[in-house]
Amino acid sequence: MPLLEIKALSHNFEGLRAVSDFNLNLAEHELVGVIGPNGAGKTTVFNLITGVYRASEGNIRFAGQELVGQTPHRITKLGIARTFQNIRLFRELSVLDNVRIAHYAQAAYSPLEALLHLGRYRSEEKRITDHALELLSVFKIDAFAFEHSKNLPYGLQRKLEIARALATNPQLLLLDEPAAGMNPNEIMQLMEFIRWIRKTFHLTILLIEHQMRLVMGICERLVVLDFGATIAAGLPVEIQNNPKVLEAYLGGEIVK
Amino acid sequence: MTALKKIYQSLITKWQAITEYRFFLPAFFIVGLLFCIVVSCFDLMDQYIQLILMYIGINIILTVSLNLINGYMGEFSVGHAGFMAIGAYIASLLTIGVFPQSSGSFFFPLAVLAGGIGAALIGFLVAIPSFKTRGDYLAIVTLAFGMIVKSIIENIDAIGGPRGLLGMDKLSTLPWVFFWTALSVWIIRNLVYSNFGRGVLSIREDEIASDLMSVNTRQVKVIVFVVSSFFAGIAGGLFAHVLQYINPRMFDIIKSTDILIMVYLGGIGSIAGSILGAVIYTVLLEVLRPLGVWRMVFMPLMLVLLMIYRPRGIMGLRESRLFTPISDLLSMKFHRQKKEADNASS
Repeated sequence: MPLLEIKALSHNFEGLRAVSDFNLNLAEHELVGVIGPNGAGKTTVFNLITGVYRASEGNIRFAGQELVGQTPHRITKLGIARTFQNIRLFRELSVLDNVRIAHYAQAAYSPLEALLHLGRYRSEEKRITDHALELLSVFKIDAFAFEHSKNLPYGLQRKLEIARALATNPQLLLLDEPAAGMNPNEIMQLMEFIRWIRKTFHLTILLIEHQMRLVMGICERLVVLDFGATIAAGLPVEIQNNPKVLEAYLGGEIVK
Repeated sequence: MTALKKIYQSLITKWQAITEYRFFLPAFFIVGLLFCIVVSCFDLMDQYIQLILMYIGINIILTVSLNLINGYMGEFSVGHAGFMAIGAYIASLLTIGVFPQSSGSFFFPLAVLAGGIGAALIGFLVAIPSFKTRGDYLAIVTLAFGMIVKSIIENIDAIGGPRGLLGMDKLSTLPWVFFWTALSVWIIRNLVYSNFGRGVLSIREDEIASDLMSVNTRQVKVIVFVVSSFFAGIAGGLFAHVLQYINPRMFDIIKSTDILIMVYLGGIGSIAGSILGAVIYTVLLEVLRPLGVWRMVFMPLMLVLLMIYRPRGIMGLRESRLFTPISDLLSMKFHRQKKEADNASS
């Protein structure tokens, strides 16, 4: 059974069809890329999966659970985490707090225990803080643990966003343009990094990307979107030579 | 110059050591409470000064609790006086009508608590619909709420209507105000430094990201709103028994604005700031009493200047070490030492 099963997913924004009839099956431990020109509906697909938008039509099943109609925090709790195209860290909070916040669903104490700092509060807080610091040191950003996250350099902010997503303990990680604003050298490092987190944290990864270098380098399968419709799907080599894809990216006339 | 620097440095280290001492805050609480009991029993202080101190305490409760919504959570509530009114009327009706007058001081904490619970229940009812949608609806809802509370009270003749309510004994004493103030500061501090508190902060920073990081944003908002209105109710109960007279006009939008000024003066998202704001504002209002009506010109002017030159208030988003949990302070210290050791070795 696939881990994520998307069937006939469609979404309209007041008449504009942002995504139409999108289908995708993700097996456990797969690394699949969604590509397509600007405005093709890639990020909308992510927003539909994570519950930011409610799909107009279709089904999304994750590990046997229907996701359409669930709230984002419930979906995250089920095991889907994501990053954002334009980094969305909690800027005025410390790097450590950014990661600790993502432990929200795992803290096993009641509001009353929180108000009085009694009962399970102390042990749970220690567990969360230790786990967050451990995660930060695995990502080699623990030196900045008590800095405001807005003061981190750009590359580390991207890393922190991934660390924060992993703190929710996901099975499926959605990466929205992880290579945005990176030079070729940094992209090579990022490819290694994505492979490494997939192995270390036993993740299934779905990523959106513009950078062909990255997508062709690490994705096992690709789905190509254009104007909300799936125009191609398959292995990276097949996609590379698919005339429809070239047309979408480069325009019709050049292809001939 | 260097001598001064040295003194400053040693003071800083001493302060750091004090704040890392587990029993400092409890000791401060007990000493403060004993001091208040002695002062009020033997009348060691001028009655007027005692009255100002009680107002300061009540204003601290109001400011800290409103800061939870406006500062920590980044929403905008302007109906705090409404919750205060609910607490004031419930507590007063209980001490006048229900509890025996002869042992009034014995039942007084119960009456105040009942006022707080009443306000919290109403707060819960207000929170449920207003947090169903995202955005700035809270300001409008709470504005309307404040007006509704005022006009409901004005139209119930049994509780005095627009004439107000009197007949309460002067049950708010310095020790009681100190106790409730310390309790509210402690509980709100605890809330802020917990899982839910971090959820509150993340809502201020980025609500959608917060939801996607598994924070149950609606649950967090409702908890915060209920806790905040609870303490507004407590403050109302205390206030009514200091003044021994309440009427609906006391709890209008002007009162809510006063609390807002204290929050933004002291600093959003800071407990130390809230205390500072409440103290400065209350004392300034008294000091400037000779100015008469001009006092009411000075205060808004101060707010305007504040917004221009220090939009986040005196302490804005910073917290005194005094209110940071010791476990956090220690892990920060440990972290710094490790970093220094790493630097030294490399």
